[in-house]
Amino acid sequence: MPGKLKAKIVAGRHLPVMDRASDLTDAFVEVKFGNTTFKTDVCPKSLNPQWNSEWFKFEVDDEDLQDEPLQITVLDHDTYSANDAIGKVYIDIDPLLYSEAASVISGWFPIYDTIHGIRGEINVIVKVELFNDLNRFRQSSCGVKFFCTTCIPQCYRATLVHGFVEELVVNEDPEYQWIDRIRTPRASNEARQRLISLMSGELQRKIGLKVLEMGGNAVVGYLQCFDLEGESGLVVRAIGTACTLDKLSSGSAPNTNTHMHPNTAPASNACNSPSKDGKEPVFVEDLPSSSGPPTPFRALPTSSSSPPPFSPSKPCSRQSSSSDTDLSLTPKTGKNTWPRPSFPFSSLPSPTLHIGEFPFFTLTSFPPGFLLHVGGVVSARSVKLLDRIHNPDEPETRDAWWEEIRQEIKSHARALGCHAVVGYSESTSICEEVCILSASGTAAILNPRYMREGCLDIGCTDHRLVSFFLLFSSKSKCQSSHVYDNAPFWFLLFSRFEDPSPPSCGFCHIPYDELNMPFPAQLTYCYHCRRQKVPDVLFTTIDLPSEAAVAGKGCLIQARLCRLKKKAQGETNATAISNLLPFMEYELHTQLMNKLKLRSMNALFGLHIQISVGENMLLGLASATGVYLTALPAPGGIQIAGKTPGDLSNEHISSIQKRINDTIAVNKELYQINPPELAEEGVGSPIPEPRHRSRLFRSHSESSDELSELDLSHGKKDAFVLEIDDTDAVEDIHSLLIDAPPPTGFYSCNTENMPGISNWTSGVQMFTSVRVLRLSNANLTNQGLNKIFTDLCENLLKSFYFKLRSMIPCCLCHLNFTVAVPEEELIQVTVTAVAMTYDKEQTQEKTAEKPVNKGSLEAEEQLQFPLELCADSSSSNIQTASKISGIFNSASVDYGSFADRCSTWLELLRLKAHTIRRGSVKTISSLERCSPLQEGRSRSLRSSRSFGGSSVTVVKMTPLSFLPGIRIIKYLGIINMFFIRETTSLREEGGVSGFLHSFIAEVFAMVRAHVAALGGNAVVSYSMKECVFMENPNKNQAQCLINVSGDAVICISETDQESSASTANTGQTGGGGTDGAT
Amino acid sequence: MSVELDVFVGNTTIMDEEVYQLWLDGYTVNDAVKVRMEGGVMDECEASKDVLLSDTMDQYRTFQMCERLLHSPAKLANQLLFQIPPHRQIMLIERYYAFDDTFVREVLGKKLSKGTKKDLDDISAKTGVTLKSCRRQFDNFKRVFKVVEELKGPLVENIRQHFLLSDKLARDYAAIVFFANNRFETGKRKLQYLSFQDFAFCAGQLISNWTVGAVGESSIDPSYNMVEDMDVDLDKEFLQELKELKILITDKDLLDQHKSLVCTALRGKTKVFPEMETSFKNLSRGLINIAAKLTNTKDVRDFFIDLVEKFIEPCRSDRWTAADMKLYLTHYTNSAHILDTFKHQVVWDRYMGVVKSCIFKMYHD
Repeated sequence: MPGKLKAKIVAGRHLPVMDRASDLTDAFVEVKFGNTTFKTDVCPKSLNPQWNSEWFKFEVDDEDLQDEPLQITVLDHDTYSANDAIGKVYIDIDPLLYSEAASVISGWFPIYDTIHGIRGEINVIVKVELFNDLNRFRQSSCGVKFFCTTCIPQCYRATLVHGFVEELVVNEDPEYQWIDRIRTPRASNEARQRLISLMSGELQRKIGLKVLEMGGNAVVGYLQCFDLEGESGLVVRAIGTACTLDKLSSGSAPNTNTHMHPNTAPASNACNSPSKDGKEPVFVEDLPSSSGPPTPFRALPTSSSSPPPFSPSKPCSRQSSSSDTDLSLTPKTGKNTWPRPSFPFSSLPSPTLHIGEFPFFTLTSFPPGFLLHVGGVVSARSVKLLDRIHNPDEPETRDAWWEEIRQEIKSHARALGCHAVVGYSESTSICEEVCILSASGTAAILNPRYMREGCLDIGCTDHRLVSFFLLFSSKSKCQSSHVYDNAPFWFLLFSRFEDPSPPSCGFCHIPYDELNMPFPAQLTYCYHCRRQKVPDVLFTTIDLPSEAAVAGKGCLIQARLCRLKKKAQGETNATAISNLLPFMEYELHTQLMNKLKLRSMNALFGLHIQISVGENMLLGLASATGVYLTALPAPGGIQIAGKTPGDLSNEHISSIQKRINDTIAVNKELYQINPPELAEEGVGSPIPEPRHRSRLFRSHSESSDELSELDLSHGKKDAFVLEIDDTDAVEDIHSLLIDAPPPTGFYSCNTENMPGISNWTSGVQMFTSVRVLRLSNANLTNQGLNKIFTDLCENLLKSFYFKLRSMIPCCLCHLNFTVAVPEEELIQVTVTAVAMTYDKEQTQEKTAEKPVNKGSLEAEEQLQFPLELCADSSSSNIQTASKISGIFNSASVDYGSFADRCSTWLELLRLKAHTIRRGSVKTISSLERCSPLQEGRSRSLRSSRSFGGSSVTVVKMTPLSFLPGIRIIKYLGIINMFFIRETTSLREEGGVSGFLHSFIAEVFAMVRAHVAALGGNAVVSYSMKECVFMENPNKNQAQCLINVSGDAVICISETDQESSASTANTGQTGGGGTDGAT
Repeated sequence: MSVELDVFVGNTTIMDEEVYQLWLDGYTVNDAVKVRMEGGVMDECEASKDVLLSDTMDQYRTFQMCERLLHSPAKLANQLLFQIPPHRQIMLIERYYAFDDTFVREVLGKKLSKGTKKDLDDISAKTGVTLKSCRRQFDNFKRVFKVVEELKGPLVENIRQHFLLSDKLARDYAAIVFFANNRFETGKRKLQYLSFQDFAFCAGQLISNWTVGAVGESSIDPSYNMVEDMDVDLDKEFLQELKELKILITDKDLLDQHKSLVCTALRGKTKVFPEMETSFKNLSRGLINIAAKLTNTKDVRDFFIDLVEKFIEPCRSDRWTAADMKLYLTHYTNSAHILDTFKHQVVWDRYMGVVKSCIFKMYHD
């Protein structure tokens, strides 16, 4: 289906001097799309040419429109010799292909050359005319919106969440083609840039097609990655969450309504998919405690309809040509044989419908009430040997590899009694021909309401849902009153499932069977309601739910690890790596756990574990945000023990013990952790009674068998015992204490929201930092390497604090560390994060008010709750319970048979499963948000005024999905850019640092220019997904590849929000009133 | 083990004013780190020396990359590479073009040529300003000179618009350009006591009163305003007319009349009246000879040394106070108006107005 692409070249400025004789340039421009090329006239002897060309028109298929970039080349005309290229601009025209986004691309673009960097700017106007309703044409997927943001974007509401979409395309890497031997580096780089641009376009189009098939219109949490496999090719892959999004008309009260729909069935088909319409079963994941302990898996009868997905006898099949991690002994499960019941909520689809094969969600934060239980982190890794991709059109091997990994993830989730995986992500690490594929996510149980809601209209409750979801879509807005009004409604939903319990505790109850836990864990009764069991520690990959009750502030916790390995080739190498992986994971986990205890916290959010492979070592880096959840038990301290239990008299040990105790005390103070109701339990003291101690073993290979000794007692005040039995142990403990707390005025986290801080002011500074360390070739030990690596990370953080000291009080958010081993003796760490200022005064006030607030609100909520309960715990829901149980059962079978095998892996990782019930909204947090905005607003006004003088649009960038004090009014499309920069005059460009510094600055500049040309003024959910740096100082050469992505948006300061907020308010109140009537 | 590569890039370019100053002052990275350590930044954020070194390197790199843009400050506002808030841009430019008075005093009036540039190490040694900083300042002078040389219109305004400088700094640069263009002698020992600001003031006076542009501004035809170099070169016609003033010393009657008028006015008003009375003729001759000789380029160059030798030094040896000087020159100028036979009142005022204010400015220790 054709569309017409029109481009006009207006002018250039700051062009480089191409003719030394005249100190001027005779520039002209080639505009290329597909195979068609147009040229402008030559504008002689000018560094600021005015071409003012006619409109160049390209008549093309929309398929090409999606795949191809518009390529603009600026050249210097030369009468006698070949024209010299000045540089290029690639413009992705995808944002013009859907109606709501940008209508024109117009502005100054940096002219980029892969050898010289930015060389002047060019002013271009691009428009697209589409001739038809393109959604009918299956080869293209124009109109599908893409978002990098991992939550439902502001100013949209999700009417349906369809589920996981993935795709990958492969090609030969031009850098490794034979022709590369004869062409110039510039030509090679450009071929690569162009190819990747094409592949990204194709990938996006294909994913778009899948989304259209599912009936969706958008992909949220779109994550695209490149695997530079070298000789064996180039893989571009992407995952995302398909949704149906509705745009909220700005100004009017947003009608937000989100329903989750794991099914591929489009909404329009809903009526013919399940015959159960109207009496849709409610998934009962927790029975009321009156009917005994919540043991849904065991207690319910087994359904024979679904075969168990795992059979112990089947061999592990993930080794293709390689070895793999064998962490979980995942048995062979072909992709089509995967039983549907693995996703208990899939009660909806009839057998004829193809269920979303993987109930995965790349989202990391959800509408309140969407996420019922969080089971814990699930992850899988696999080591593969790369071979040449023979047929790029059928990248079956790569597909199969990921398929296996995903199956494993799914099975882990089931072992945790969960049917879905949220906060899901995938990554690779490649060294020569070895590739580690990793995937991780958080096992979770989602609210069935959302799953069904898409196909099912539940009359009167619906509009309440609608109003409620406002909270989510207008995240971080003034909304306290909405929350308050709607909180009772949420209890309605949950009241069907369980006893009424205060909202702040609802989110910490375990989803799995207490008597048959998939791994050793200590359960206690919830510290809020005392009715349900909660685990002692919770690890997740998602963001802290906004309604979660926390004490104090969060902080970044990192575990860092280096492991040497012998250099090897092929399968030997792959085996060596897979053998190391479990120990690395275990050790990282132990470090995380100890550091968490040291900070007196009990939960990790945004956990991201990266394992990077090099020729002679493996690097592991786990980052997460620690937080104290008040519903979980207070963490015990850490107890140091000598080789024999009575060894405590040893002076050395007691001094270490003292240091640890002091650190814990200091940290409690620092992060303001004073949980209100814990006093009577005496949890304040870091070291509890000796009899309550459980032991945590240092992570040594031999300790894994000792793990069975783990005390499974339900003691509430356990201290970890660190045993000092050799010098390594001392080192380990020492390294625990190395992590310096951030200096006064700084906090840090790697999640979207900083637990305990929400009163942001307008100061925002996004930054990228890269550091490469060269190891001396002296014989290094694992310990020595660990120290070096830890220092590297710590020093980076220290540098950030120092550089950003003018922003104090401030918080480094979304600290994203990426490690790599580019060469044998190099360690590279790349960090992207954003520093945001906040109002210290208000924080302090709030911490003081907090307990009071919470108390009164809870009381009120509890009061209203039972009333609502009678009003709406509808009979229709109850009667369907049995139906659900049948379906659910099939899952329990899998679980039972799987549990043992899985436990090896799980034990090893000591992953904790947890229930998060989002039954309520934490009203306090929203109240907190409300007031600081006033402040933020005035500041942002001030700043925008002072910035107004510049002729270049100020484009803010942030890795977060929001900007403080600013409202996003329009998403303009995703920015996904790939650049290569190469130099043969490294010294002249200021060495490697100078080279990379200017390249990163150039990348920022190009992103900003593209956003500005789309009419935007900010990039949210920005990330630098790839930064591959290679150097050859002897040859004075270096090369770097950078891939960045984000969402281009138009945003306005909060002042304009006022009117719409008040409208929304009234709408909400109305909704609340109806609530009461029901 | 060594840090191979270390960069930090902010979306909004982070620039520390203190480090910028150190960079401008020509400190090496290591010296800058030392200075910063002594300054106590380390205590601010529990930083270590490594952190400071890394930060300083980053900033130095940023400044080096920016330097190219600072050479044509207008580019800084519409370049895309660095996102710098406008008030920071202004700071960057202003500081980059700022100079040390001690340095500029050394090159003031010299030809901004390669030869002078070669002598910069001597100047650096003499003034204590680092060679790097000297070079930057010298190149700034040269760059501004080259640009305004080709521009028409008022000098100060041109500098301000082209280099986005503050009014004060633009005026200083105008003075530097003016001095360099006319090659005024400022290096003689007798002139050493004068600061750059003294000269800058004088230059301002000369520019606004003695150049072609000065007439144009107040006069008839606006298109006349557009004469090339109108602010940089002295008004030749005016310099010719100055010869007419000689009558004040060549005509004996006029000289006596002038003296008696001045003396009548001054009598009893100052302690140094006797000295004034005796040196009147000498001083008047001095001033008017300077005026008469200004048609010679050579003598224009010596304008300031002549003022000092012929007027300021004699007065100083007679222990005139600044107030005495003011009184004397006021009456000296005004009395000429009363002389019936003296017809060149306009030229006289234009000359004496400038000379008077220059001498006021220059009459100090």
